[in-house]
Amino acid sequence: MSEIFKIMVFPGFLFLVLTSFLVEYLDRKLHARFQNRVGPPWYQPVADFIKLLGKEIIFTKTADKIVVSTMPVFALAATVTAYLYIPLWRHEAIFSFDGDMIVVLYLLTLPTFAFFLGAWYSQSIYAMFGAVRSLTQLFAYEVPLLLSVLASALLANTWSMDDLTRFYSEHPGYWLFNLVGFVTAVIALIGKLEKVPFDIPEAETEIVAGWFTEYGGVFFAFIRLTLNVEMIVGASLLAAVFLPFGLGFGPALGFLIYAGKVLFIILIITLTRTVLARLRIDQMMEFCWKYVSSAAFLQILATLTIKGVLNP
Amino acid sequence: MSPLKDVDIAVGPQHPALKEPASFLVSLRGETITSVNVKVGYNHRGIEKATEDRTYLQNLYLLERICGICSHTHATCYVQAVEELAALEVPRRAQYIRMLVGELERLHSHLLWFGVAAHEIGFDTLFMYSWRDRELVMDLLANITGNRVNYSVNTIGGVRRDISAEQAADILKAMDTLEERIKYYINVATEETTLINRLSGVGVLSREDAASLGAVGPTARASGIPRDVRKDDPYCAYAELDFKVCVSDTCDVFGRTVVRLRELQESCSMIRQMLAALPEGPLTVKAPRKVPAGEAFSRYEAPRGEDVHYVRSNGTEKPDRVKVRAPTLANIQAVSKMLEDRFLADLPIVIAAIDPCFSCTDRMVEVRRRGARSRELMSWEELRRHGIEWYRARGVDMGTLSRKYITR
Repeated sequence: MSEIFKIMVFPGFLFLVLTSFLVEYLDRKLHARFQNRVGPPWYQPVADFIKLLGKEIIFTKTADKIVVSTMPVFALAATVTAYLYIPLWRHEAIFSFDGDMIVVLYLLTLPTFAFFLGAWYSQSIYAMFGAVRSLTQLFAYEVPLLLSVLASALLANTWSMDDLTRFYSEHPGYWLFNLVGFVTAVIALIGKLEKVPFDIPEAETEIVAGWFTEYGGVFFAFIRLTLNVEMIVGASLLAAVFLPFGLGFGPALGFLIYAGKVLFIILIITLTRTVLARLRIDQMMEFCWKYVSSAAFLQILATLTIKGVLNP
Repeated sequence: MSPLKDVDIAVGPQHPALKEPASFLVSLRGETITSVNVKVGYNHRGIEKATEDRTYLQNLYLLERICGICSHTHATCYVQAVEELAALEVPRRAQYIRMLVGELERLHSHLLWFGVAAHEIGFDTLFMYSWRDRELVMDLLANITGNRVNYSVNTIGGVRRDISAEQAADILKAMDTLEERIKYYINVATEETTLINRLSGVGVLSREDAASLGAVGPTARASGIPRDVRKDDPYCAYAELDFKVCVSDTCDVFGRTVVRLRELQESCSMIRQMLAALPEGPLTVKAPRKVPAGEAFSRYEAPRGEDVHYVRSNGTEKPDRVKVRAPTLANIQAVSKMLEDRFLADLPIVIAAIDPCFSCTDRMVEVRRRGARSRELMSWEELRRHGIEWYRARGVDMGTLSRKYITR
């Protein structure tokens, strides 16, 4: 019973959905204030969600209705599942096994594929373009993300998220070795979340709304929800892997530290999307492969060297 | 041979990248543009024809509504032609006020463009900043003319509103803030990496192409052609002002951005000069109701380039013919050239870089029958009948509708 409560209510599905509204509000409000605008009131994300639920559902004539309508739910499910394997403010996640880090990364890749399929089967030229761009982009950010997470895992010598956080708690200060990896991982996360400067798959002025052009009503509501949840889950993953300090201080203080870490990462993402322009897909490829991936590789080299020095 | 097939993607007539209806049918191979088919004409309003049924003074207000951004441009251009026909000597104070409103209009138009251009490349923060500062200019315009958009400051033979000493002080105060902001924008445009990446080397239009395609305004000036009516053929009192024609030889969107931003600085300096040298005297001379027969041709440097009005008079109180050529028509030809072998992602910013104003451009309907060699033009009566029959064939009878809804 308590397992189901954890999955469905706290800190699982319901908690994630509610905080995702809060995070969306913070993101939008901060973005607006940075841009010298007033910004939305606190209930705006909830109001948007409710309004979208009440909208008419429209499919394009040639769309495959089953694929198009199931993919947003599939993506949301994958993202929420990934959250269950991430240690938040204790050393233990809700579920854990050796190798769950790979599963989390895999589950976080699924939404991109789900949205690709949904967009492809909606049979709109704009959505297809967005979908293809989304997949092209996937290869550019997934490699540095995996490499930087790998660097942290190499140092801890484990593939389990729980053991990883435990290792860094036993060796305080070791997380500082992974700072380059943290930066590359944040860049990769921005690519994953498709935020400026990597919002190429949904570039409004080129391909309307990109891969979700044909999505409306309840499906669009779920897509937005998924993207916000993905932002929290991605930030939690980075917090667990790269900022593994302050764990095990009990529920209240621990939660505050966890929230602070996640908000810090979200602040970086919001700030980046405020001060930069959108790149072109070829520029994004070049940047990610040439610089971000190389930096992640350097991080791995550095980690291996440090590991050799520390445990001869 | 590329294994990929070309894909057609429609940018327009309705598309988030465009603020007005125009169609760009783009053929793509992957992300690369292979060809662009440009179509304008979705916003034809029959303004030229309508001028023939109105008096010269009424036409002034009609022509001011050709464009929502450069409304003063069209009004001044037209009124200059009428004044030439009627041989009116416009008082110098009126000329200065016209220039002043014209330069304020250029300020708000370029700031608007800068914001739109930033939005096209996904840089919304710059868009918000630039439009916030544009409000300063809009407030000034509302202050001195009473309107934010169609200023209605011109009349045949002069201007309708004077500028008081307090208003002049307000303008000078706003110029201080604006000049500081413009300096900041120039820094942003020339130093921000993502912005430079997206603008530099994009939409290249060589000097030769710009000349042969007849580009005007900042589009031509960014390709190294110092073409500016204010210098080449000064109207109003531009000959008395000291200003530079801003030119760039990068020939790309980056150059067009820099040219426009430098022009903002020039406009600010011109406004200061005008306020310092504002001559005393009357605002209008008396204009006749009937304009002597003849024809006149007037040029005006709009924010987007050279605007041209042609007015032919037959000696009555209504013009015989008014022809308008907005600057976008001269620049739109260059767009396909600029887009050759570029990426889809460059399309919005390249289109935006000529600062298009499609509803200003849409002037004439040309009907070409399928298979017919020669071009045919419909007469006014034929066009009217065609319209009625077109709707009747689709089950809409305009006659019944108007009897039903327009009852007197």
